[in-house]
Amino acid sequence: MAFALTEDRDKQLADILTRYPTKMGACIPLLHLCQEQQGWISEEVVLWVSNRLDLPPAHVQGVVTFYTLFNQKPVGKHQVWVCRTLPCALRGGVELLQYCEKKLGVHAGETTADGAITLRSAECLASCGTAPMMQVDKDYHENLTPETVDRLLEALRK
Amino acid sequence: MLKVTNYLTKTYGQKDGWTLAAYERDLEGYKTARQVLTSMTKEQVVDEAKKANIRGRGGAGFPMGVKWSFMRPHPTKPAYLVINADEGEPGTHKDRTIMELNPHSVVEGCIIGCYGIGAHVAYIYVRDELHLSKERLWAAIKEARAKGYLGRTPFGKDYPVEVHVHTGAGAYICGEETSLLNSLEGRRGEPRLKPPFPAQAGAFGCPTTVNNLETIAAVPTAFRLGCEEFSKLSTLHDIKDGGVRLFGVNGHVNKPGVHELCVGVTMRELIYDLGGGVLGDRPLLAVIPGGSSTPILRADEKVSAPDEKNPLHKWHDMSVLDVPLGVDTFRGLGTMLGTCCITVMAEGTCPVASMHNLMQFYRHESCGQCTPCREGSAWLLRITEKILDGRGTMEELDQLHDVANSIMGNTICAFGEGTAMPALGFLKKFRKDFEAYVKGEKTKAKNGTLAMGSEFATRMEGH
Ligand SMILES: Cc1cc2nc3c(=O)[nH]c(=O)nc-3n(C[C@H](O)[C@H](O)[C@H](O)COP(=O)(O)O)c2cc1C
Ligand code: SF4
Ligand code: FES
Repeated sequence: MAFALTEDRDKQLADILTRYPTKMGACIPLLHLCQEQQGWISEEVVLWVSNRLDLPPAHVQGVVTFYTLFNQKPVGKHQVWVCRTLPCALRGGVELLQYCEKKLGVHAGETTADGAITLRSAECLASCGTAPMMQVDKDYHENLTPETVDRLLEALRK
Repeated sequence: MLKVTNYLTKTYGQKDGWTLAAYERDLEGYKTARQVLTSMTKEQVVDEAKKANIRGRGGAGFPMGVKWSFMRPHPTKPAYLVINADEGEPGTHKDRTIMELNPHSVVEGCIIGCYGIGAHVAYIYVRDELHLSKERLWAAIKEARAKGYLGRTPFGKDYPVEVHVHTGAGAYICGEETSLLNSLEGRRGEPRLKPPFPAQAGAFGCPTTVNNLETIAAVPTAFRLGCEEFSKLSTLHDIKDGGVRLFGVNGHVNKPGVHELCVGVTMRELIYDLGGGVLGDRPLLAVIPGGSSTPILRADEKVSAPDEKNPLHKWHDMSVLDVPLGVDTFRGLGTMLGTCCITVMAEGTCPVASMHNLMQFYRHESCGQCTPCREGSAWLLRITEKILDGRGTMEELDQLHDVANSIMGNTICAFGEGTAMPALGFLKKFRKDFEAYVKGEKTKAKNGTLAMGSEFATRMEGH
């Protein structure tokens, strides 16, 4: 089926368009809506967005490739981001990432075989005072210990 | 001097502290905006704002009121206020706390700011990962709108103000103000050449002021107390570094956190009085004062300011740990105050591995527009990696200096300096460690420690 926003998201888009003096202003928020709906930004989505906002497809594609949070290919059901940057690394952030790699049997950047979890390393997530930390989908988990990580990852598998 | 305040943080520990009810109950919420809009002209607002000596909290420390005064009405174009909540500078964790725990201070600050600079719309640019922050800001905007504090006639005044939250999609560079503006307009977040500056041509080609989120959140307090009174809370009021601000402490301390304090506090006080001392009672090795782009200071460094005219003369021959954290004081130390969140490193931390970690960050985040930055950041990483792995030579160690120096001053935006300066800082302050790696006296396996007191590190040992 051809891509289209759900009715609810289409309403959100109408609201978004009122916030900016140009249609282009809605480009990133709209891409977020699309990704929320289908998990990643396919070529079809790029064309749909360019059509919807009267932008050249190359513009939309250029935006998609610039930002790390737009997935250019399908990803796992859950996203786990582990912060590796220095302030977290001073508190074990790098080893936390290794711990997750070992537990999940994947390297950073990969998705588990069952498609449940994509593990990624992140650069500073503004949570350095509560390191080590990771982001699971939309939620931050801070001051992590091996026990809390075990519980979190197990819950994602259910 | 350590002086704790709670103008912004009073709502932090409270139940539902982020709601309008709490803001009105605990912090006289929106009374100040009401008073400003109904009793002052916009010129008076800017003049008053200057007296607060609020130095930009985003890193560069530019005086907020002066920046506001650059805004000139345009005959045909609207003006915009843009709030920078991209908070991506490694080691910075303060803006997030305001958005999550006191979002109304931001909205009230936006109302006063918009009025002062002649804007009717404010965009708060929040990095995408901060979902709770966005949610709390939107909720605050909704509450304020419902009360009539935002909209067509805030507080009955015929001066429409709207506030919107805008989101990026993961790119550190979008914290740079012109990159942020491109991102707001729906483009790739690549920094623009300046001039024109945002005050001439900013968001959507219109006059724009970009303020950091903490900067704008300080505005209601400053106007409530009277801007000069606010400024005087700081011991650096005389050198135009005023008020109270958020100070973060992270890394190897027992109690990392964020504190609201009068400007004038020292790193020693942050580390030992508020941070609970260094992890495991170890000696202190070094501190990165305000985000990873600010050059590192060694704990054993002393202030050298024999000249009486030097603003740092008062602290001549004292430890750098005892100099008040201020924009100009830290510039005088050859580093920067930056975002005012300090990263603490205990004795035993490997400076080479630390620099390598940071160079990974900069390599990853360079937007790639300028060759010196794109290629230079890759070289810095590659050579540091070779040295850390025991494959580096003395020539390469010297090459690191050359590469860093060739980035400085040759790029579109300050990311270039932000990469080169910390690299040069590590090289200068820890030359011996780098040499020890080249000579084979130290190795990554034996000496490359970053994590301390971490259960994960213990678990992963030998893996
Ligand atoms: C590479 C780079 C990243 C930056 N990141 C941020 C940021 O995350 N948040 C921020 O407020 N300012 C950041 N800045 C500073 C902004 O460009 C700008 O100076 C600031 O938002 C102005 O607000 P202020 O005067 O209130 O500090 C960054 C600058 C550079 C060069
Ligand atoms: S200095 Fe680096 S980040 Fe800034 S514009 Fe040039 S390439 Fe991009
Ligand atoms: S370094 Fe990990 S959140 Fe800042």
